[in-house]
Amino acid sequence: MLVLLGSSALKAQEDLLDLLSDNEDQGPEKVTATFKTTRIMNGHSIERTPAGQFDFRISHRFGKINSGFYEFFGLDQATMHLGLEYGITDWLMVGLGRSSYEKTFDGFARFSLLRQSTGIKAIPVSVSTFSSLALRTVDLPQPPGSSWFDSRLATVNQLLIGRKFNQTFSLQITPTWLHRNLVDYGTDPNDILALGAGGRIKLAKRISLNAEYYLIANRQTYRNEEIHNPLTLGFDIETGGHVFQLLFTNSRSMIEKGFLGETTGSWSNGDIYFGFNLLRVFTVR
Amino acid sequence: MKHLIFLLLLAGLGSTAFSQKYITRNGYIGFYSSTPLEDIKADNNQAASVIDISTGEIVFQVLIRSFRFEKALMQEHFNENYMESDKYPRSTFSGKITNIGGTGLTKNGSYEVTVEGDLTIRDVKKRVSAKGTIDVAAESVTAESKFIISPEDYGIKIPSVVRNNIAKNIEVTVKITYTPQE
Repeated sequence: MLVLLGSSALKAQEDLLDLLSDNEDQGPEKVTATFKTTRIMNGHSIERTPAGQFDFRISHRFGKINSGFYEFFGLDQATMHLGLEYGITDWLMVGLGRSSYEKTFDGFARFSLLRQSTGIKAIPVSVSTFSSLALRTVDLPQPPGSSWFDSRLATVNQLLIGRKFNQTFSLQITPTWLHRNLVDYGTDPNDILALGAGGRIKLAKRISLNAEYYLIANRQTYRNEEIHNPLTLGFDIETGGHVFQLLFTNSRSMIEKGFLGETTGSWSNGDIYFGFNLLRVFTVR
Repeated sequence: MKHLIFLLLLAGLGSTAFSQKYITRNGYIGFYSSTPLEDIKADNNQAASVIDISTGEIVFQVLIRSFRFEKALMQEHFNENYMESDKYPRSTFSGKITNIGGTGLTKNGSYEVTVEGDLTIRDVKKRVSAKGTIDVAAESVTAESKFIISPEDYGIKIPSVVRNNIAKNIEVTVKITYTPQE
Protein backbone atom coordinates (compact mmCIF):
# COMPACT_ATOMS: atom_id res chain seq x y z
CA MET A 1 0.00 0.00 0.00
CA LEU A 2 2.80 2.46 0.93
CA VAL A 3 4.71 1.54 -2.18
CA LEU A 4 1.66 2.28 -4.26
CA LEU A 5 1.23 5.69 -2.62
CA GLY A 6 4.89 6.53 -3.21
CA SER A 7 4.80 5.74 -6.88
CA SER A 8 1.58 7.67 -7.37
CA ALA A 9 3.19 10.78 -5.88
CA LEU A 10 6.07 10.51 -8.35
CA LYS A 11 3.63 10.27 -11.22
CA ALA A 12 1.46 13.08 -9.90
CA GLN A 13 2.54 15.78 -12.36
CA GLU A 14 2.02 13.57 -15.37
CA ASP A 15 -1.36 12.58 -13.96
CA LEU A 16 -2.31 16.23 -13.75
CA LEU A 17 -1.46 16.66 -17.45
CA ASP A 18 -3.47 13.52 -18.22
CA LEU A 19 -6.48 15.14 -16.57
CA LEU A 20 -6.25 17.88 -19.18
CA SER A 21 -5.79 15.70 -22.22
CA ASP A 22 -8.85 13.61 -21.28
CA ASN A 23 -11.38 15.56 -23.24
CA GLU A 24 -9.40 18.04 -25.21
CA ASP A 25 -11.41 20.31 -27.43
CA GLN A 26 -11.98 18.49 -30.71
CA GLY A 27 -14.16 21.19 -32.23
CA PRO A 28 -13.93 21.99 -35.93
CA GLU A 29 -10.75 23.86 -36.73
CA LYS A 30 -10.59 25.76 -40.00
CA VAL A 31 -7.66 24.95 -42.23
CA THR A 32 -5.74 28.12 -43.00
CA ALA A 33 -3.07 29.18 -45.49
CA THR A 34 -4.01 26.87 -48.34
CA PHE A 35 -2.33 29.42 -50.57
CA LYS A 36 -0.30 32.51 -49.68
CA THR A 37 -2.65 34.95 -51.37
CA THR A 38 -5.99 35.25 -53.12
CA ARG A 39 -4.34 34.31 -56.45
CA ILE A 40 -2.68 31.06 -57.37
CA MET A 41 -0.89 32.88 -60.18
CA ASN A 42 -3.21 34.68 -62.62
CA GLY A 43 -6.43 33.14 -61.39
CA HIS A 44 -8.13 33.35 -58.03
CA SER A 45 -7.39 30.90 -55.23
CA ILE A 46 -9.78 29.87 -52.47
CA GLU A 47 -7.92 32.16 -50.05
CA ARG A 48 -9.92 35.26 -49.29
CA THR A 49 -9.20 38.55 -47.60
CA PRO A 50 -10.49 38.25 -44.01
CA ALA A 51 -13.01 40.81 -42.73
CA GLY A 52 -11.47 44.25 -42.58
CA GLN A 53 -8.41 43.48 -44.67
CA PHE A 54 -7.45 45.52 -47.74
CA ASP A 55 -5.19 43.96 -50.35
CA PHE A 56 -3.48 46.37 -52.70
CA ARG A 57 -2.08 44.60 -55.75
CA ILE A 58 0.28 45.85 -58.41
CA SER A 59 0.92 43.39 -61.22
CA HIS A 60 3.14 43.63 -64.28
CA ARG A 61 3.62 41.44 -67.32
CA PHE A 62 6.58 42.25 -69.47
CA GLY A 63 6.87 41.48 -73.18
CA LYS A 64 7.64 38.12 -74.72
CA ILE A 65 10.96 36.64 -73.71
CA ASN A 66 11.49 35.49 -77.32
CA SER A 67 11.29 39.06 -78.62
CA GLY A 68 15.07 39.22 -78.55
CA PHE A 69 17.81 41.56 -77.43
CA TYR A 70 16.36 44.60 -79.23
CA GLU A 71 13.36 44.46 -76.90
CA PHE A 72 15.66 43.40 -74.05
CA PHE A 73 13.85 40.05 -73.91
CA GLY A 74 10.53 41.71 -73.27
CA LEU A 75 11.53 43.99 -70.42
CA ASP A 76 11.13 47.09 -72.66
CA GLN A 77 7.38 46.61 -72.64
CA ALA A 78 5.02 46.09 -69.76
CA THR A 79 1.33 45.94 -69.15
CA MET A 80 0.03 46.43 -65.67
CA HIS A 81 -2.95 45.80 -63.47
CA LEU A 82 -3.85 47.64 -60.28
CA GLY A 83 -6.25 46.09 -57.85
CA LEU A 84 -7.84 47.05 -54.57
CA GLU A 85 -9.59 44.22 -52.77
CA TYR A 86 -11.41 44.09 -49.47
CA GLY A 87 -12.95 41.58 -47.12
CA ILE A 88 -16.39 42.85 -46.09
CA THR A 89 -16.93 39.77 -43.97
CA ASP A 90 -14.96 36.57 -43.61
CA TRP A 91 -17.11 35.08 -46.38
CA LEU A 92 -17.57 38.01 -48.77
CA MET A 93 -14.72 39.65 -50.62
CA VAL A 94 -14.96 42.33 -53.31
CA GLY A 95 -12.40 43.93 -55.60
CA LEU A 96 -11.91 46.60 -58.22
CA GLY A 97 -9.17 46.67 -60.80
CA ARG A 98 -7.82 48.41 -63.84
CA SER A 99 -5.67 46.86 -66.56
CA SER A 100 -3.63 48.87 -69.00
CA TYR A 101 -4.26 45.99 -71.43
CA GLU A 102 -7.23 47.22 -73.53
CA LYS A 103 -7.87 49.84 -70.82
CA THR A 104 -10.06 47.40 -68.95
CA PHE A 105 -11.89 48.02 -65.68
CA ASP A 106 -12.95 45.04 -63.65
CA GLY A 107 -14.88 44.31 -60.52
CA PHE A 108 -15.60 41.08 -58.71
CA ALA A 109 -17.38 39.53 -55.75
CA ARG A 110 -16.48 36.28 -54.06
CA PHE A 111 -18.43 34.22 -51.60
CA SER A 112 -16.82 31.57 -49.40
CA LEU A 113 -19.34 28.74 -49.24
CA LEU A 114 -17.31 26.12 -47.41
CA ARG A 115 -14.07 26.25 -45.48
CA GLN A 116 -11.94 23.16 -45.23
CA SER A 117 -11.80 22.11 -41.59
CA THR A 118 -10.66 19.34 -39.31
CA GLY A 119 -12.15 17.92 -36.13
CA ILE A 120 -15.55 16.41 -35.42
CA LYS A 121 -17.33 18.07 -38.34
CA ALA A 122 -14.52 17.85 -40.86
CA ILE A 123 -14.99 19.39 -44.30
CA PRO A 124 -12.54 18.06 -46.93
CA VAL A 125 -12.48 21.08 -49.27
CA SER A 126 -12.91 24.82 -49.38
CA VAL A 127 -15.41 26.10 -51.93
CA SER A 128 -15.89 29.68 -53.12
CA THR A 129 -17.77 31.31 -55.95
CA PHE A 130 -16.19 34.01 -58.06
CA SER A 131 -18.12 36.39 -60.31
CA SER A 132 -16.59 39.26 -62.22
CA LEU A 133 -17.45 41.94 -64.73
CA ALA A 134 -14.88 43.39 -67.10
CA LEU A 135 -15.39 46.51 -69.21
CA ARG A 136 -12.88 47.29 -71.91
CA THR A 137 -12.76 50.97 -72.70
CA VAL A 138 -10.07 50.98 -75.40
CA ASP A 139 -11.13 52.74 -78.64
CA LEU A 140 -12.54 50.10 -80.96
CA PRO A 141 -14.79 50.47 -84.00
CA GLN A 142 -18.33 50.35 -82.65
CA PRO A 143 -20.58 47.99 -84.65
CA PRO A 144 -23.74 49.75 -85.73
CA GLY A 145 -26.81 49.08 -83.65
CA SER A 146 -24.88 47.94 -80.57
CA SER A 147 -24.73 49.67 -77.23
CA TRP A 148 -21.27 50.97 -76.29
CA PHE A 149 -21.57 49.71 -72.73
CA ASP A 150 -23.14 46.31 -73.36
CA SER A 151 -20.85 45.41 -76.22
CA ARG A 152 -17.74 45.90 -74.11
CA LEU A 153 -18.78 43.84 -71.12
CA ALA A 154 -17.64 40.34 -70.30
CA THR A 155 -18.62 38.26 -67.28
CA VAL A 156 -16.81 35.38 -65.63
CA ASN A 157 -18.25 32.89 -63.18
CA GLN A 158 -16.09 30.36 -61.41
CA LEU A 159 -16.40 27.75 -58.74
CA LEU A 160 -13.19 27.46 -56.75
CA ILE A 161 -12.73 24.07 -55.09
CA GLY A 162 -9.50 23.74 -53.18
CA ARG A 163 -7.88 21.47 -50.66
CA LYS A 164 -4.77 21.76 -48.54
CA PHE A 165 -3.53 18.18 -48.47
CA ASN A 166 -0.73 18.93 -46.06
CA GLN A 167 1.61 21.73 -45.05
CA THR A 168 3.43 21.42 -48.37
CA PHE A 169 0.85 20.60 -51.00
CA SER A 170 -2.40 22.33 -51.96
CA LEU A 171 -4.54 21.79 -55.05
CA GLN A 172 -7.47 23.61 -56.60
CA ILE A 173 -9.91 22.80 -59.39
CA THR A 174 -11.70 25.70 -61.00
CA PRO A 175 -14.65 25.16 -63.37
CA THR A 176 -15.06 28.41 -65.31
CA TRP A 177 -17.62 30.03 -67.59
CA LEU A 178 -16.70 33.18 -69.50
CA HIS A 179 -19.32 35.13 -71.42
CA ARG A 180 -18.44 37.95 -73.79
CA ASN A 181 -21.29 40.17 -74.93
CA LEU A 182 -19.59 40.98 -78.23
CA VAL A 183 -16.77 39.12 -79.95
CA ASP A 184 -14.54 40.29 -82.79
CA TYR A 185 -15.62 37.75 -85.40
CA GLY A 186 -18.84 35.91 -86.07
CA THR A 187 -17.08 32.57 -85.69
CA ASP A 188 -15.76 33.39 -82.20
CA PRO A 189 -17.82 31.88 -79.39
CA ASN A 190 -19.50 34.27 -76.98
CA ASP A 191 -19.20 31.67 -74.25
CA ILE A 192 -16.03 29.90 -73.26
CA LEU A 193 -15.97 26.99 -70.86
CA ALA A 194 -12.76 26.03 -69.13
CA LEU A 195 -11.48 23.87 -66.34
CA GLY A 196 -8.68 25.29 -64.29
CA ALA A 197 -6.25 23.39 -62.12
CA GLY A 198 -3.66 24.96 -59.89
CA GLY A 199 -1.49 23.99 -57.01
CA ARG A 200 1.46 24.81 -54.89
CA ILE A 201 4.39 23.07 -53.33
CA LYS A 202 5.94 24.85 -50.40
CA LEU A 203 9.70 24.92 -50.75
CA ALA A 204 10.35 26.77 -47.50
CA LYS A 205 8.20 28.43 -44.86
CA ARG A 206 7.85 31.59 -46.89
CA ILE A 207 8.42 30.37 -50.45
CA SER A 208 6.25 28.16 -52.61
CA LEU A 209 6.34 26.91 -56.18
CA ASN A 210 3.00 27.40 -57.91
CA ALA A 211 1.54 26.19 -61.19
CA GLU A 212 -1.75 26.96 -62.84
CA TYR A 213 -3.34 25.67 -66.03
CA TYR A 214 -6.70 26.26 -67.68
CA LEU A 215 -8.03 23.73 -70.16
CA ILE A 216 -10.35 25.59 -72.52
CA ALA A 217 -13.13 23.41 -73.97
CA ASN A 218 -13.86 25.53 -77.04
CA ARG A 219 -10.72 27.30 -78.15
CA GLN A 220 -11.05 29.59 -81.16
CA THR A 221 -9.00 32.29 -82.78
CA TYR A 222 -8.61 35.73 -81.29
CA ARG A 223 -8.00 38.41 -83.94
CA ASN A 224 -6.70 35.81 -86.38
CA GLU A 225 -4.37 34.27 -83.84
CA GLU A 226 -4.78 30.84 -82.36
CA ILE A 227 -5.84 30.68 -78.71
CA HIS A 228 -3.74 28.58 -76.34
CA ASN A 229 -4.48 27.16 -72.93
CA PRO A 230 -2.94 29.47 -70.33
CA LEU A 231 -0.12 27.93 -68.32
CA THR A 232 1.61 29.84 -65.57
CA LEU A 233 4.52 28.79 -63.39
CA GLY A 234 6.03 30.82 -60.62
CA PHE A 235 6.91 31.45 -57.02
CA ASP A 236 5.20 32.99 -54.01
CA ILE A 237 7.58 34.83 -51.74
CA GLU A 238 6.12 36.15 -48.51
CA THR A 239 7.83 38.76 -46.37
CA GLY A 240 5.52 39.73 -43.51
CA GLY A 241 2.92 42.15 -44.89
CA HIS A 242 3.95 41.66 -48.54
CA VAL A 243 3.66 38.77 -50.93
CA PHE A 244 5.59 38.75 -54.20
CA GLN A 245 4.59 36.41 -56.97
CA LEU A 246 7.19 36.03 -59.69
CA LEU A 247 5.92 34.12 -62.68
CA PHE A 248 6.25 32.99 -66.26
CA THR A 249 3.09 32.77 -68.36
CA ASN A 250 1.86 32.67 -71.94
CA SER A 251 -0.94 35.15 -71.13
CA ARG A 252 -0.61 38.91 -71.36
CA SER A 253 -3.79 39.69 -69.50
CA MET A 254 -3.98 39.40 -65.74
CA ILE A 255 -7.74 39.00 -65.42
CA GLU A 256 -9.91 35.98 -66.18
CA LYS A 257 -11.66 37.47 -69.18
CA GLY A 258 -8.30 38.14 -70.82
CA PHE A 259 -6.25 35.08 -69.99
CA LEU A 260 -9.08 32.72 -70.88
CA GLY A 261 -10.22 34.33 -74.12
CA GLU A 262 -7.13 36.07 -75.43
CA THR A 263 -4.07 33.98 -74.66
CA THR A 264 -2.32 33.87 -78.02
CA GLY A 265 1.12 32.99 -76.72
CA SER A 266 2.42 29.44 -76.92
CA TRP A 267 4.96 28.01 -74.50
CA SER A 268 6.41 25.80 -77.22
CA ASN A 269 7.12 28.82 -79.41
CA GLY A 270 8.74 30.62 -76.52
CA ASP A 271 5.95 33.21 -76.27
CA ILE A 272 6.53 33.52 -72.56
CA TYR A 273 5.92 36.63 -70.54
CA PHE A 274 7.79 37.26 -67.33
CA GLY A 275 5.80 39.11 -64.71
CA PHE A 276 5.10 39.72 -61.06
CA ASN A 277 2.23 40.39 -58.70
CA LEU A 278 3.05 42.51 -55.69
CA LEU A 279 0.63 42.41 -52.79
CA ARG A 280 0.54 44.70 -49.80
CA VAL A 281 -1.86 43.92 -46.98
CA PHE A 282 -3.55 46.64 -44.90
CA THR A 283 -5.73 45.78 -41.94
CA VAL A 284 -8.27 48.53 -41.34
CA ARG A 285 -10.37 46.98 -38.58
CA MET B 1 -9.60 -8.26 9.83
CA LYS B 2 -12.07 -8.14 6.97
CA HIS B 3 -13.62 -5.08 8.55
CA LEU B 4 -10.25 -3.40 8.83
CA ILE B 5 -9.48 -3.90 5.14
CA PHE B 6 -12.90 -2.57 4.29
CA LEU B 7 -12.27 0.51 6.44
CA LEU B 8 -8.87 1.09 4.84
CA LEU B 9 -10.40 0.85 1.40
CA LEU B 10 -13.12 3.25 2.41
CA ALA B 11 -10.55 5.70 3.78
CA GLY B 12 -8.61 5.42 0.53
CA LEU B 13 -11.72 6.13 -1.53
CA GLY B 14 -12.59 9.00 0.76
CA SER B 15 -9.27 10.74 0.26
CA THR B 16 -9.52 10.56 -3.53
CA ALA B 17 -13.08 11.85 -3.45
CA PHE B 18 -12.06 14.80 -1.29
CA SER B 19 -9.78 16.19 -3.94
CA GLN B 20 -7.44 19.08 -3.46
CA LYS B 21 -7.24 19.56 -7.20
CA TYR B 22 -8.68 22.55 -8.94
CA ILE B 23 -9.16 22.67 -12.70
CA THR B 24 -10.11 24.97 -15.57
CA ARG B 25 -10.45 24.70 -19.34
CA ASN B 26 -10.98 28.36 -20.07
CA GLY B 27 -8.09 30.09 -18.44
CA TYR B 28 -6.45 33.11 -20.02
CA ILE B 29 -2.95 33.12 -21.45
CA GLY B 30 -1.84 36.08 -23.51
CA PHE B 31 1.38 37.48 -24.80
CA TYR B 32 2.60 40.86 -25.80
CA SER B 33 5.49 41.84 -28.01
CA SER B 34 6.38 45.49 -28.14
CA THR B 35 8.82 47.16 -30.53
CA PRO B 36 9.06 50.75 -31.80
CA LEU B 37 7.63 49.52 -35.13
CA GLU B 38 4.77 47.36 -34.02
CA ASP B 39 2.95 45.98 -30.98
CA ILE B 40 1.69 42.45 -31.25
CA LYS B 41 -0.82 41.02 -28.81
CA ALA B 42 -2.52 37.65 -28.71
CA ASP B 43 -5.11 36.20 -26.37
CA ASN B 44 -6.11 32.66 -25.61
CA ASN B 45 -9.12 32.01 -23.39
CA GLN B 46 -9.03 28.24 -23.74
CA ALA B 47 -6.00 27.42 -21.65
CA ALA B 48 -6.44 24.29 -19.55
CA SER B 49 -4.79 24.00 -16.18
CA VAL B 50 -4.85 21.95 -12.99
CA ILE B 51 -3.45 22.93 -9.60
CA ASP B 52 -3.14 20.67 -6.60
CA ILE B 53 -3.25 23.01 -3.60
CA SER B 54 -2.01 20.39 -1.19
CA THR B 55 1.23 19.63 -3.04
CA GLY B 56 1.65 22.86 -5.04
CA GLU B 57 1.86 21.02 -8.32
CA ILE B 58 0.56 22.96 -11.30
CA VAL B 59 0.23 22.11 -14.98
CA PHE B 60 -0.92 24.02 -18.06
CA GLN B 61 -1.84 23.00 -21.54
CA VAL B 62 -2.69 25.35 -24.36
CA LEU B 63 -3.59 24.84 -28.02
CA ILE B 64 -1.47 27.11 -30.17
CA ARG B 65 -4.28 27.56 -32.72
CA SER B 66 -6.52 29.06 -30.04
CA PHE B 67 -4.44 32.24 -29.82
CA ARG B 68 -6.39 35.15 -31.31
CA PHE B 69 -4.66 38.13 -32.87
CA GLU B 70 -5.97 41.53 -33.82
CA LYS B 71 -4.89 41.00 -37.44
CA ALA B 72 -5.82 37.81 -39.26
CA LEU B 73 -2.54 37.87 -41.18
CA MET B 74 -0.52 37.95 -37.96
CA GLN B 75 -2.46 34.94 -36.71
CA GLU B 76 -1.77 33.07 -39.94
CA HIS B 77 1.94 33.84 -39.82
CA PHE B 78 2.10 32.93 -36.11
CA ASN B 79 0.63 29.49 -36.86
CA GLU B 80 2.29 28.88 -40.22
CA ASN B 81 5.75 30.38 -39.93
CA TYR B 82 6.69 30.73 -36.30
CA MET B 83 4.88 28.16 -34.17
CA GLU B 84 4.16 25.60 -36.92
CA SER B 85 1.01 24.67 -35.05
CA ASP B 86 0.19 21.75 -37.35
CA LYS B 87 3.45 20.12 -36.31
CA TYR B 88 3.40 21.30 -32.70
CA PRO B 89 -0.26 21.78 -31.83
CA ARG B 90 0.10 22.37 -28.10
CA SER B 91 2.34 23.84 -25.51
CA THR B 92 2.55 22.57 -21.93
CA PHE B 93 3.94 23.58 -18.58
CA SER B 94 4.44 21.20 -15.74
CA GLY B 95 5.83 22.53 -12.48
CA LYS B 96 5.64 23.05 -8.76
CA ILE B 97 5.38 25.92 -6.33
CA THR B 98 8.81 26.04 -4.71
CA ASN B 99 8.07 28.24 -1.68
CA ILE B 100 5.17 26.19 -0.40
CA GLY B 101 4.67 25.64 3.35
CA GLY B 102 3.85 22.42 5.16
CA THR B 103 0.09 22.74 4.71
CA GLY B 104 0.36 23.74 1.08
CA LEU B 105 -2.17 26.31 -0.07
CA THR B 106 -5.07 24.62 1.64
CA LYS B 107 -5.95 27.57 3.89
CA ASN B 108 -7.98 30.36 2.32
CA GLY B 109 -5.93 33.43 1.57
CA SER B 110 -3.53 35.06 -0.83
CA TYR B 111 -0.13 33.56 -1.52
CA GLU B 112 2.89 35.06 -3.24
CA VAL B 113 4.40 32.10 -5.01
CA THR B 114 7.34 31.13 -7.15
CA VAL B 115 6.62 28.39 -9.65
CA GLU B 116 9.39 26.38 -11.24
CA GLY B 117 8.99 23.78 -13.95
CA ASP B 118 9.32 22.71 -17.55
CA LEU B 119 7.80 24.84 -20.28
CA THR B 120 7.48 23.00 -23.57
CA ILE B 121 6.98 25.02 -26.75
CA ARG B 122 7.49 23.46 -30.18
CA ASP B 123 8.73 20.30 -28.42
CA VAL B 124 11.58 22.29 -26.88
CA LYS B 125 11.58 21.81 -23.11
CA LYS B 126 13.07 24.57 -20.95
CA ARG B 127 13.33 24.95 -17.20
CA VAL B 128 11.60 28.21 -16.28
CA SER B 129 10.68 30.04 -13.11
CA ALA B 130 8.00 32.67 -12.57
CA LYS B 131 6.54 34.66 -9.70
CA GLY B 132 2.82 35.01 -9.23
CA THR B 133 -0.12 35.32 -6.90
CA ILE B 134 -2.56 32.60 -5.96
CA ASP B 135 -5.78 33.38 -4.13
CA VAL B 136 -7.52 30.47 -2.47
CA ALA B 137 -11.17 30.92 -1.55
CA ALA B 138 -13.94 28.52 -0.60
CA GLU B 139 -15.16 27.59 -4.05
CA SER B 140 -12.42 28.83 -6.37
CA VAL B 141 -8.72 29.38 -6.76
CA THR B 142 -7.36 32.19 -8.90
CA ALA B 143 -3.81 32.48 -10.16
CA GLU B 144 -2.03 35.34 -11.87
CA SER B 145 1.47 35.65 -13.23
CA LYS B 146 3.58 37.60 -15.68
CA PHE B 147 6.87 36.38 -17.04
CA ILE B 148 9.19 36.83 -19.96
CA ILE B 149 10.16 34.29 -22.58
CA SER B 150 12.38 34.58 -25.60
CA PRO B 151 11.32 33.06 -28.97
CA GLU B 152 14.95 32.25 -29.67
CA ASP B 153 15.04 29.79 -26.74
CA TYR B 154 12.41 27.64 -28.41
CA GLY B 155 13.98 27.50 -31.86
CA ILE B 156 11.69 30.13 -33.39
CA LYS B 157 13.54 31.75 -36.25
CA ILE B 158 12.62 35.30 -37.13
CA PRO B 159 13.74 36.42 -40.60
CA SER B 160 15.72 39.63 -40.93
CA VAL B 161 12.94 41.56 -42.73
CA VAL B 162 10.67 41.39 -39.68
CA ARG B 163 13.36 41.23 -37.00
CA ASN B 164 12.54 44.78 -35.88
CA ASN B 165 8.82 44.04 -35.66
CA ILE B 166 9.03 41.18 -33.19
CA ALA B 167 10.45 41.68 -29.70
CA LYS B 168 13.33 39.53 -28.45
CA ASN B 169 11.59 39.23 -25.09
CA ILE B 170 7.90 38.53 -25.02
CA GLU B 171 5.74 39.14 -21.97
CA VAL B 172 3.37 36.33 -21.12
CA THR B 173 0.35 36.97 -18.89
CA VAL B 174 -1.53 34.19 -17.13
CA LYS B 175 -4.92 34.68 -15.43
CA ILE B 176 -6.71 31.58 -14.31
CA THR B 177 -9.82 30.94 -12.25
CA TYR B 178 -10.04 27.34 -11.12
CA THR B 179 -13.00 25.43 -9.77
CA PRO B 180 -12.76 22.22 -7.71
CA GLN B 181 -12.24 19.13 -9.78
CA GLU B 182 -15.27 16.83 -9.69
